[in-house]
Amino acid sequence: MKKLFPFLRPYLGRMTLGFAIKVAGTIAELLIPWALSVMVDDVIPRQSVRDVLLWGIVMLLFAAAALVCNIAANRMASLVARNTTERIRLQLYSRISFLSLRQQSAFTLPSLISRATSDTYNVHQFLGMMQRLGVRQPIMLVGGLAVTFLMDAKLSLVMVALLPFMVFFVLLFCTKGVPMYTRVQEALDRFIRLVREDTTGIRVIKALSKTEEERRKFQKINREVVDRDFKAGLVMGAMRPVVGIVLNIGVVLVVYVGAVRVNRGQTSPGVIMAFLSYVSIILNSILFLSRLFISYSKASASAGRIAEVLEQPEDLLIEQKDRRDFSAQIVFDQVSFGYGPEECVRNLSFDVPRGTTLGIIGATGSGKTTVINLLMRYYDPQAGAVFIDGLDVRAYSSAQLMTKFGAVFQNDVIFHDTIRENIRFGRNISDGEIWKAVRCAQAEDFVRARGLEDMCAIRGMNLSGGQKQRILIARALAGKPEILVFDDASSALDYETDARLRAAIRENYGSITTVIVAQRVSSIMYADRILVMDEGQIIGDGKHADLMQNCAVYREISDTQMGRGEVIG
Amino acid sequence: MADGKSTGKINHDITLEEIERECREHQKENEKRNIADECRTIAKLQREQSKEEINRLGGRTGPVLRRLLRYMLRYKWLMALAIALSVSGNLLALLGPMLSGKAIDAMTGGAGSVDFSIVIRCCVWMLILYVSSGILSYLLQIVMQQLTRKIVANMRSEIFSHLLSLPVSFYDTHASGDIISRITYDVDTINTSLSNDVISLATSAMTIVGSLGMMILISPRLCLIFAVTVPMTIAVIILLARFTRPLFRARSGKLGELNGLIEEMFSGQKSLKAYHQEVNTIRRFQKKNEEAVDAYYRADYMGSMVGPTVNLINNISLTLVTVFGALLYLQHGITLGNISSFVLYSRKFSGPINESANIISELQSVLAAGERVFRLMDELPEEPDRENALEMRKACGEVEFRNVCFSYTPEKPLIRNLNLHAEPGRTIAIVGPTGAGKTTIINLLMRFYDIDSGEILLDGHDTRDITRDSLRKQFAMVLQDTWLFYGTIYENLAYGNPDATREDVCEACKAARIHRYIMKLPNQYDTILTDEGTNISKGQKQLLTIARAMLLNAPMLILDEATSNVDTRTEMQIQEAMSELMKGKTCFVIAHRLSTIRNADTILVIRDGAVVEQGRHEELMARGGEYRKLYDAQFAGQTI
Repeated sequence: MKKLFPFLRPYLGRMTLGFAIKVAGTIAELLIPWALSVMVDDVIPRQSVRDVLLWGIVMLLFAAAALVCNIAANRMASLVARNTTERIRLQLYSRISFLSLRQQSAFTLPSLISRATSDTYNVHQFLGMMQRLGVRQPIMLVGGLAVTFLMDAKLSLVMVALLPFMVFFVLLFCTKGVPMYTRVQEALDRFIRLVREDTTGIRVIKALSKTEEERRKFQKINREVVDRDFKAGLVMGAMRPVVGIVLNIGVVLVVYVGAVRVNRGQTSPGVIMAFLSYVSIILNSILFLSRLFISYSKASASAGRIAEVLEQPEDLLIEQKDRRDFSAQIVFDQVSFGYGPEECVRNLSFDVPRGTTLGIIGATGSGKTTVINLLMRYYDPQAGAVFIDGLDVRAYSSAQLMTKFGAVFQNDVIFHDTIRENIRFGRNISDGEIWKAVRCAQAEDFVRARGLEDMCAIRGMNLSGGQKQRILIARALAGKPEILVFDDASSALDYETDARLRAAIRENYGSITTVIVAQRVSSIMYADRILVMDEGQIIGDGKHADLMQNCAVYREISDTQMGRGEVIG
Repeated sequence: MADGKSTGKINHDITLEEIERECREHQKENEKRNIADECRTIAKLQREQSKEEINRLGGRTGPVLRRLLRYMLRYKWLMALAIALSVSGNLLALLGPMLSGKAIDAMTGGAGSVDFSIVIRCCVWMLILYVSSGILSYLLQIVMQQLTRKIVANMRSEIFSHLLSLPVSFYDTHASGDIISRITYDVDTINTSLSNDVISLATSAMTIVGSLGMMILISPRLCLIFAVTVPMTIAVIILLARFTRPLFRARSGKLGELNGLIEEMFSGQKSLKAYHQEVNTIRRFQKKNEEAVDAYYRADYMGSMVGPTVNLINNISLTLVTVFGALLYLQHGITLGNISSFVLYSRKFSGPINESANIISELQSVLAAGERVFRLMDELPEEPDRENALEMRKACGEVEFRNVCFSYTPEKPLIRNLNLHAEPGRTIAIVGPTGAGKTTIINLLMRFYDIDSGEILLDGHDTRDITRDSLRKQFAMVLQDTWLFYGTIYENLAYGNPDATREDVCEACKAARIHRYIMKLPNQYDTILTDEGTNISKGQKQLLTIARAMLLNAPMLILDEATSNVDTRTEMQIQEAMSELMKGKTCFVIAHRLSTIRNADTILVIRDGAVVEQGRHEELMARGGEYRKLYDAQFAGQTI
């Protein structure tokens, strides 16, 4: 929790003000019983109706003051909690947005989602509670202790002697509680993963009639979450009784020591009676505070998880590199890379001159997408370098680098937004440009029919596979990029459309450099250069005609697709 | 290669500090908003919501509460135990002061004459009492935790079960982040308060009745004051409850929206980065974030008004009691001692009333969350199977569509009068331009959606007369959008056929040409597939789902762009296995690679939701129609 306290700093003044108002309100409230006692002891015996009414008005004034102060203080507390949470959540979300893909996958997506939602929520809840309970109760506690001290200092030492025990127990429970609540949140990550998985995979689950098994899986993780919460609750639930018992032992000691002191003539029974009533105020406030400590443990566990993300080091920093004298726009220079210890691409070298088209083809898992990931600097290579316009991609800011690209990926996403916004994608692009891109992406027919304002459903479920890809292609073209990247982007387009798409790009965006990863020879056969990849290496390099002659693998691929093979399925 | 030193410059155009600063400035701007503005916003919210309420909910506080209580009443014994523990704990707590009073009585003799035997006896009893009260209160905690645990688990699994029974169309229209928010946050909100609230309400009610009785005994006339203040309290509670309810509703709703956005944006990180949209989405997020914290703030702030307001009424009633008591005393209607006991009891009385007021305001958040949960629970599940629906064992695989019409939205008819007939064991290829309704046919066949008119027959039975489960079991399906879950490769593959042995799985993987890849993984078949697994390509995922389909023993097969991301060489290599898989099965194949469907027994050419051509490859080629055009497009540029 400590790590998130800096977020509270801007509001220290406001919190102090709220604190002061709350103190005033509490005092006003405490003055009402005092006025009552004055009334009973002094005013009533005077037998003056006027005085009775006057004091009645005084009491009402106190009551009104208490109302105004308490509401104002609560409002301030809510505002501070609101503002703090807003900033924590914004920082967390921004930090997550700026994490590299490697960092994101280390956390896993469901865990990041649960940190941004459930964990920030726990913190919000605590911040409000802290300010509301955390002021009044300590006042009662300290005030009560002070009064007992004034009444009989020696007797109050009994209470003071017990304080370390109480502090010890509170700390003990909190330190035990925090890791337990961390485990609850971890289980919640898995819970969220399952719900998320099943909402996206419902077709397969239903098709395979696996709802029973999914229910069982859910039962298991559901039980895990509640059981962990239960265990944490059992530990934290013991805090109140244990602290209560310690305090009540104090009460017993006060009675006994009091009796001894009365016997010695050092104090009177009346003092002990008053003393005990203050002890019960102290007891009450401690019991209230224990609720706060439970909430603290929960929030502290969540704060730890939030801080863990906030403290991630910056990845993919901009590095100082000298410009190299390459004529080609894209250059891969002896690049090697692996996601884990195993290398996915080895010693890769090739270049793509400006305005030309590079096609990449190869077996599933041969490293084609990895080339794209390195080109766009989603990852940094372990050896070698990738250059664009003579400059190492590591020397670009991501803004400079990414605006060069228009890209469509495998599994690319359509957002729940209008068609226009899905193409515009937050960039400053006119409708004219959008329509040009839409026409070029062969999406004009259905986009016209629906209109740019039409909403795309969640995950684009109201669009066919081909329509989704066309919108994504329009998105890529609309920004007039220098480099167009298609990672299996036309797999859902039929040949006719695919061919028209390529023609339109040539016609409308002639100077564009294109990198196409494809499974279909027809998508890349006109490329100025084709790379055939296998197990992370280039095994064929050249134009279609050359490869048909020199590269057996390529020839085989082409033959199967161009009608000489017999393929079903 | 590295010709320069790392400058360590952060690679995004806005630093976290700048975002922070901007947010602070905006907040300062917001803080200038005065209470009048706030009231206007709240009033607007009230208006909007009351409209919404009339439209959608019909003001169903009663039903929501009743449904919530039903969950608790399943554990009525635990509830009764909790109430008993809570009441006896309170009673024990009352005994304490009595004992200490006795001990003090033993001291009244003053110095030298304290009766220590009584003091010590009282002290021992007090120790016993407090320890047992502590134990009792811990027992109460355990019972409450148990109760909460059971209700949460129960509620969540009911929601989840219900979710799974919902039609596919529900998932196509609801953000998973919002669904997650309901099943986690809303259920949590319900449960952190509900069981505690109900128990303390019950306990408070007892105390209220008890002290009211005592006060009536002391002075029935003074009790008349309560005839004014108690209804006032109740009125205030009801008013505030009605006032805050929409605020809590907004709080739950906005948080759901925020979670929906977070889930969607995090899922699309790669594209967002590609278009350098991090900052834009942060701004979009910030808008939702602001709405969410504002909604929370309003509910929080207005909800926290209940306590002080009820306190005010209590203080007013205390003042009235004192003033009128004093006036009564002056007319000799009451003794001074009775005034003070009356005041004491009225304090006892106001305590639980206060608490009840707070609880009732807390209940508003519970009810708002409950509404959201129940709205989900009230979504209509897939229409139940017809009575006497047929439990299909193993179909022969004869499929017929008769005059089938269907649309996702009534305004846009999609499938019009579709007729097709597939004999058992035949392969039907469906081709056509994108958006023509190819995948929709699959949706209808599997009954993910039900047709508007016409019939779909399987072995001569209307598919609506067959149980959904048994109907779907007749199909093995490989879709373009692969779906694998978090679990080992083995678990994923054996998912549809739990009887599959390791050997079976290996065989299927060898046939699908993915075995070699799996064996290279660190834990081979026990490697866990994570959703973000960067080192598994989409093509490999498709091969895994093909292997999964191979392990199913279904009489019919659906291949919807099953190999769109698999390279053709691998595709060739798995051809034999695919043919084996398809043998004797009725197959529905959607593919853009016309070469892959040339051998189909029937090719259906779909355009605008209707079959425009039907026949074998040669026939259709000879006819020179739609199919010919599509086929030629494949070779259009092959002039080299």
